[in-house]
Amino acid sequence: MEIYHLTAHEIRDKLQNKEISAKELTELILKRMKNVESKVGAYVYINDENAVSFAEEVDNRIHAGEILSDLVGIPMSLKDNICTEGIFTTCASKILENFIPPYNATVTKMLYEQKSILLGKTNMDEFAMGSSTETSVFKATKNPWDLERVPGGSSGGSAAAVAAGEAFFSLGSDTGGSIRQPASFCGIVGLKPTYGLVSRYGLIAYASSLDQIGPLTKDVEDCALVLNAIVGHDNMDSTSVSFKGVDYKKALINDVEGLKIGILKEYFEEGVDEDIKKAIFDSLKLFESMGAIVEEVSLPHTEYALSAYYIIASSECSSNLARFDGIRYGYRAKNYDSLKDLFIKTRTEGFGEEVKRRIMLGTFSLSLGYYDAYYQKALKVRTLIKQDFEKAFKNFDVLIAPTTPSVAFKIGEKINDPLGMYMSDVCTVPINMAGLPAISIPCGFKDGLPIGLQIIGKHFDESTILRVAYTFEQNTDYHKKRVKL
Amino acid sequence: MKYQTLIGLEIHVELLTASKIFCGCSTAFGGESNTHCCPVCLGLPGALPVLNKKVVEFAVKAGLALNCNIASVCKMDRKNYFYPDLPKAFQTSQYDMPICTNGYIEIDCGKKKKIRIKRVHIEEDAGKTMHAEDGVSLIDYNRCGVPLIEIVTQPDMTSSEEAYKFLERLKSILQYTEVSDCRMEQGSLRCDININVKSEDSSFVSNIVEVKNLNSFKAAAKAIEYEEKRHIDLLKKGENTNKETRRWDESKNKTVIMRMKENVEDYRYFPEPDLVKIEIDSDWVEKIRTSLPEMPNHKKERFIKDYGLPLYDAEILTSSKGMADFFEEVVKEFQDAKMVSNWVMTEFYRSLKESESDIENIKFCAKDFAKLLRLIKRGTISNNIGKRIFKEMYNSGKDPEIIVKEKGLMQISDVDVIKEMVLKVLEEYPESVMDYKNGKGRALGFLVGQVMKVSKGKANPQMVNKIIKKYLDT
Repeated sequence: MEIYHLTAHEIRDKLQNKEISAKELTELILKRMKNVESKVGAYVYINDENAVSFAEEVDNRIHAGEILSDLVGIPMSLKDNICTEGIFTTCASKILENFIPPYNATVTKMLYEQKSILLGKTNMDEFAMGSSTETSVFKATKNPWDLERVPGGSSGGSAAAVAAGEAFFSLGSDTGGSIRQPASFCGIVGLKPTYGLVSRYGLIAYASSLDQIGPLTKDVEDCALVLNAIVGHDNMDSTSVSFKGVDYKKALINDVEGLKIGILKEYFEEGVDEDIKKAIFDSLKLFESMGAIVEEVSLPHTEYALSAYYIIASSECSSNLARFDGIRYGYRAKNYDSLKDLFIKTRTEGFGEEVKRRIMLGTFSLSLGYYDAYYQKALKVRTLIKQDFEKAFKNFDVLIAPTTPSVAFKIGEKINDPLGMYMSDVCTVPINMAGLPAISIPCGFKDGLPIGLQIIGKHFDESTILRVAYTFEQNTDYHKKRVKL
Repeated sequence: MKYQTLIGLEIHVELLTASKIFCGCSTAFGGESNTHCCPVCLGLPGALPVLNKKVVEFAVKAGLALNCNIASVCKMDRKNYFYPDLPKAFQTSQYDMPICTNGYIEIDCGKKKKIRIKRVHIEEDAGKTMHAEDGVSLIDYNRCGVPLIEIVTQPDMTSSEEAYKFLERLKSILQYTEVSDCRMEQGSLRCDININVKSEDSSFVSNIVEVKNLNSFKAAAKAIEYEEKRHIDLLKKGENTNKETRRWDESKNKTVIMRMKENVEDYRYFPEPDLVKIEIDSDWVEKIRTSLPEMPNHKKERFIKDYGLPLYDAEILTSSKGMADFFEEVVKEFQDAKMVSNWVMTEFYRSLKESESDIENIKFCAKDFAKLLRLIKRGTISNNIGKRIFKEMYNSGKDPEIIVKEKGLMQISDVDVIKEMVLKVLEEYPESVMDYKNGKGRALGFLVGQVMKVSKGKANPQMVNKIIKKYLDT
């Protein structure tokens, strides 16, 4: 297999055995990017010079015999809503196209401390709003499995970069499914950790109470390695939890005997592709054959999740995005008559359609006289959804559902159909509402396009999810399939 | 028809924490523009707030001093609006769950009255916009994220006098608790007024008018009086006030309209998702309660009882904790409390005012002040010389005994020496002697003055008086 198609842990072994240097590796990946970037378009900014010189520094440390962590010298990428000091962070929006943060996100800092090598910033739906990476102001990223299709969104650039061999791993953000859905479309592993497990400091907010940063990797073992690197309480984020350090590598166990797995009944109802259903049930058969106990479970409030999600996420986004007003940084309208005019023109010209749609929806939901009918109601629904999950987890160790109702759709297919687009997150959104962790792993193909299996766990029980996912991987080959580009 | 005025106040007070409400930046006043800033207080994309525990402590302290209930759980909310000096385009504040509720302050305007406090909540300050002459606006974000408490009263005040008393009381309570320095000139205490009037039988009620950003207690009182009259005049004409926001124009001595309040401003409040709920431990609250200093009202009562001071003196002395402490320190050394009080309230206050200083910065100590009073009481120096020595002590911090010695200011009480001076003056001003003998009493004062002049102010004035009279009357 080509080097760029190897996993991060395979590369780690090669680096530590000195079969390859970090610099060689970085140059190789940059070359791969040169070859395929024009087709895939995963990146909005490539950090080539810095990456090579940083790789040289890492090599010196390796030669000096410094103790090495699992991610030392591994080339990676970050979604463009994760702040990188001195490097463009644009959220794929015109309003931030010239923004260079004077600080690093906590996760960026942590990966720099691990000596991972930043290759660049990946494309995304503008401000993480979208399910196809088509709302980016720069370009639409293509699905490496089929260049006419979307990679999913909003972390589509990150997912495509990993799938196309343009990074060994990437970080994305998941507000309503934005890590898992593109992971599913691109045939890789994507984990949305428990809310609060990973610091959000430096993640440009879309919806603060739902956003969570997480890894996109080629397999489950890589996922555990990256998770190890980014978890931990952060003094800069008061919603980050001081969770006792767990070594997620220890969760990589090929055994599900005695585990109780719940199948989420409502997630298999109308709208879900038959081939996807079949792939999921085949997976469940595998678990059963290995001694897991599989039963159906009902979460009765599932049908309200998507609408409540859009109220809450839009409400928070209308407030979070209000700071982009053209006063201090980012884009400012050229001609204006008054202060109010400056605000209005800057925001009219700087934001794209989908962002404006959600700002309007959120502003409306929070407005006097509508607050109770929409925002307050949505919060109540959120509580009910949480309770559904709490009840289910009294009887089950993990819950299983498809990640997406369909495989990757064609570019342009849903861009003028916002509701249709929103539906592609129908299986992932409730998990964010409840703040739970969930992973998507490849579990089959339909017409050459990957299918994702979603495994949902209890709060802070990433270990059990990883264990179930790892067991699946060890007994199947879907994760070993690579794109041909 | 008689009218009653209803006045409610909203007061913003900057807390004296060392760092800002959501980050570690300094809260120091002044400093070069935009030097006390970081991504958090600037609200840069991706930055997150972390609540400063000291802010909660100070708010609890203030709440306790204002006799409020302290919430066991409260939260922060976002108040959304666009303004260039509000970097996040929302202010993090408290909406429906303020940290303190239902308190009161007792004021004394002839008789005692409780002014109820509706709520005290925590919020952050915004930056400052400066409009240059060429139409350019500049923004200083140093003040962004400085912690504030907003104190909201019920409309319990009925006159400018009550409002003035309330503000003075509030200021001294907050200074006593050391949660704020309450310096209006530095913007650390800002006051808005809500006012309307109603006829005695409640058949006519004027619309509530808000007067914003009063920059002194005097201005607040004047604005109230102005509005009171304006409301009543309109009601008398059968008209009503508009629901509007006004400001006090110092130069014109009147309020002027800022904006109409036709529509309720919609701030789209909602819970701040970046901060967790604030849980307040009741043991902690009790600990803060026991650490509170004696409040001005209690101190005032005690001063009257323990030192036999009149109410007027006690009120003035206890209005500032620093002054009250100083007074007590002096009295420990020099027991004539009324004399101490007289000196503090006249010479000392005057000097502070003239030098635009406050008690925290004085150069002399209470012991030396007591020494000075002792010198006067014993007759070692005259009262007037005492004033001169005080000035010098105030300026240099020197020991008064040393000043007396160095300058030879000891009072002359030697009868023979005074007699000599008196005879000399009588000889020099025969016309005044004649005037006195012809019944012009004023001439006596002149002659005494001349003797004092000759003695360079050191002669014992009572003795001079006595001796002159003796010579003139014989």
